[in-house]
Amino acid sequence: MNHAEMTSKSAAAIDRARAQGRSALIGYLPAGYPNVEDTIAAGIALAENGADLIEIGIPYSDPVMDGQVIQAATTEALANGFHVKQVFDVVAGITSKTDAAVLVMTYWNPVVRMGVDEFSRRLAEAGGAGLITPDLIPDEATEWMAASDKYGLDRVFLVAPSSTAERMQRTVDASRGFVYAVSIMGVTGARTSVSTAAKDVVAAAHDAGAERVCVGLGVSTAGQVREIAEYAEGVIVGTALVAALRDGGVDAVAALTKDLSTGLAPEAGHTTDGA
Amino acid sequence: MADAPSGNAENNTAEAFLQGGSLRHAPGPYFGSYGGRWMPESLIAALDELEETFNKAKDDPEFRAQIADLNKNYSGRPSLLTEAKRFSQHAGGVRVFLKREDLNHTGSHKINNVLGQALLAKRMGKTRIIAETGAGQHGVASATAAALMGMECVVYMGAEDCRRQALNVARMELLGATVIPVTSGSQTLKDAINDALRDWVANVSNTHYLLGTAAGAHPFPAMVRYFHEVIGDEARAQILEQEGRLPDAVCACIGGGSNAIGIFHGFLDDPSVKIYGFEAGGDGVETGRHAATISLGKPGVLHGARSYLMQDDDGQTVESHSISAGLDYPGVGPEHSYLSDIGRVSYEPITDTEAMEAFRLLCRTEGIIPAIESAHALAGAIKVGQRLAAEDPATAAEKIIIVNLSGRGDKDVATAAEWFDLLDKNSAESEIGKEGEQL
Repeated sequence: MNHAEMTSKSAAAIDRARAQGRSALIGYLPAGYPNVEDTIAAGIALAENGADLIEIGIPYSDPVMDGQVIQAATTEALANGFHVKQVFDVVAGITSKTDAAVLVMTYWNPVVRMGVDEFSRRLAEAGGAGLITPDLIPDEATEWMAASDKYGLDRVFLVAPSSTAERMQRTVDASRGFVYAVSIMGVTGARTSVSTAAKDVVAAAHDAGAERVCVGLGVSTAGQVREIAEYAEGVIVGTALVAALRDGGVDAVAALTKDLSTGLAPEAGHTTDGA
Repeated sequence: MADAPSGNAENNTAEAFLQGGSLRHAPGPYFGSYGGRWMPESLIAALDELEETFNKAKDDPEFRAQIADLNKNYSGRPSLLTEAKRFSQHAGGVRVFLKREDLNHTGSHKINNVLGQALLAKRMGKTRIIAETGAGQHGVASATAAALMGMECVVYMGAEDCRRQALNVARMELLGATVIPVTSGSQTLKDAINDALRDWVANVSNTHYLLGTAAGAHPFPAMVRYFHEVIGDEARAQILEQEGRLPDAVCACIGGGSNAIGIFHGFLDDPSVKIYGFEAGGDGVETGRHAATISLGKPGVLHGARSYLMQDDDGQTVESHSISAGLDYPGVGPEHSYLSDIGRVSYEPITDTEAMEAFRLLCRTEGIIPAIESAHALAGAIKVGQRLAAEDPATAAEKIIIVNLSGRGDKDVATAAEWFDLLDKNSAESEIGKEGEQL
């Protein structure tokens, strides 16, 4: 199959934002936290308040790229009885009610266990856009490359400040939809400032031919969104949204999303103090 | 529920190698379909740097001389090969020889790996070492190497293990290390590895992750094995010197599998030598409370490698159980998964009860208190010896089994005393002497 001709739901969502003269906002929530219904409600709230793409995480027993806030939420989801197949209910629940592109963020073993082809088939059937894979590098992705082509799914690999030029090129070439630029050497979690490394990683990805690069890790405020929107096609917020859901439920997610979205366009006004 | 991983289907592969190939040549990243690098991109550059440094070092006479010097003058190598004559009577009357890794400095095989990796860390210009530990053995070994080489050392350890193993925490602190209790996830060894990986991602520029077993992402499985191959090399030379022939069988215990892969490698290319790995069967594999990863797990990816894995239907890692903290890990090194699939090594579970009986037997027949980990290998050797004797009683007394006695059992005295009900109910030791606890 010709990759260039394949429609990418993520690329389309980012391009719609671009047509409006702004970067895209991507919001992360873990599936099943605190339960499946609330994840769907919070996902819809994300889409209705300014998120262009939604990243639904699969709670996993060994989340090595996650900091304490997300770990605590996913551990709770698992304790509440979350099962991997329910992620498809979450994806379908959101895509049936919104236009947002919905990706699944997952560590690789749950996909291996279900079967890469079977997982991909069910994700496509639920209306999902593709997968973000924090512990799968293109070098190990032969099966996923085939399945994502077969079912028309985006494959979002990560690039990092430590990626060499060679690896950057390989990862950009293997990705579809967008490339996920890790802003700092570390795990998920809100940080007071976004490191200057993020800008360099995005520039390197652009130089390698990536048309859409989105920045994640450590982004939690509209001010940080604004800073990143100046050089990246998309901004990813996770921990801050999970904390909002934890502390104030779906309403708090809606309010934070609205606030974050004010940072998207370079010409937008100054940030509010939290809506 | 088992996938019947051992032997059969791919036996022709094993035959093919025995007819000319070499299983000792296994540089990674893959061992059959196992191994690889299932890791965040952020760490790939560090793994590349480590691989390059390791490959250069093992071909560098100066590095090899450094390792040889440390092995001889710091660890006390070569470790002895001791015939266990009275113990042998309980193993079908075959001759059992013990490879005495328990006599190494710090009391186990662990020192081989930590010295090698610490030297590599220095070569890479890293000033800080991080490590994971279950009961504390690898943490103590890492702290030892860091002290010897003047490096900072941080050890991640499950919060519950820290409480139960207070003396091992004190040991590490005496050696200058910082111990960080891990409170995430199930708060066990696998979560300590997770937290060490999180630390490594954030501090990779000055930090080396000194992984304690032959698992994880490439180059760890091949590299950790390399530093432990001295066990098998010595054992093979010693038995040839002492007895003029190769053993009939080699036995070792398997958690992640570093001591086992070290001794196995000496004999992998000797077709006449049968090789056995003994996993922790815990309360019995039928109870679900065990750590028999190869016997009952399914292939998956965890901590950077594709290998057999104890997991549920969703691919979530399940908790392992064993009286031996050193075997209490739900994964296993990828090379073992491969050696099982091709039928070169047989992997079998040993229950807590069988291990403790062998533990007591070695104490009373040989005057050697083994680590409970190593007692699993001893229990397995008893079974193998009895099988050899049953096959051909007339030649039993000529058969030779080598057991890797991977560590000494001083650390396990409280656990053993509790198991055998040797403690006064009012003693302080009785208070803390619960499953997996050590003094």
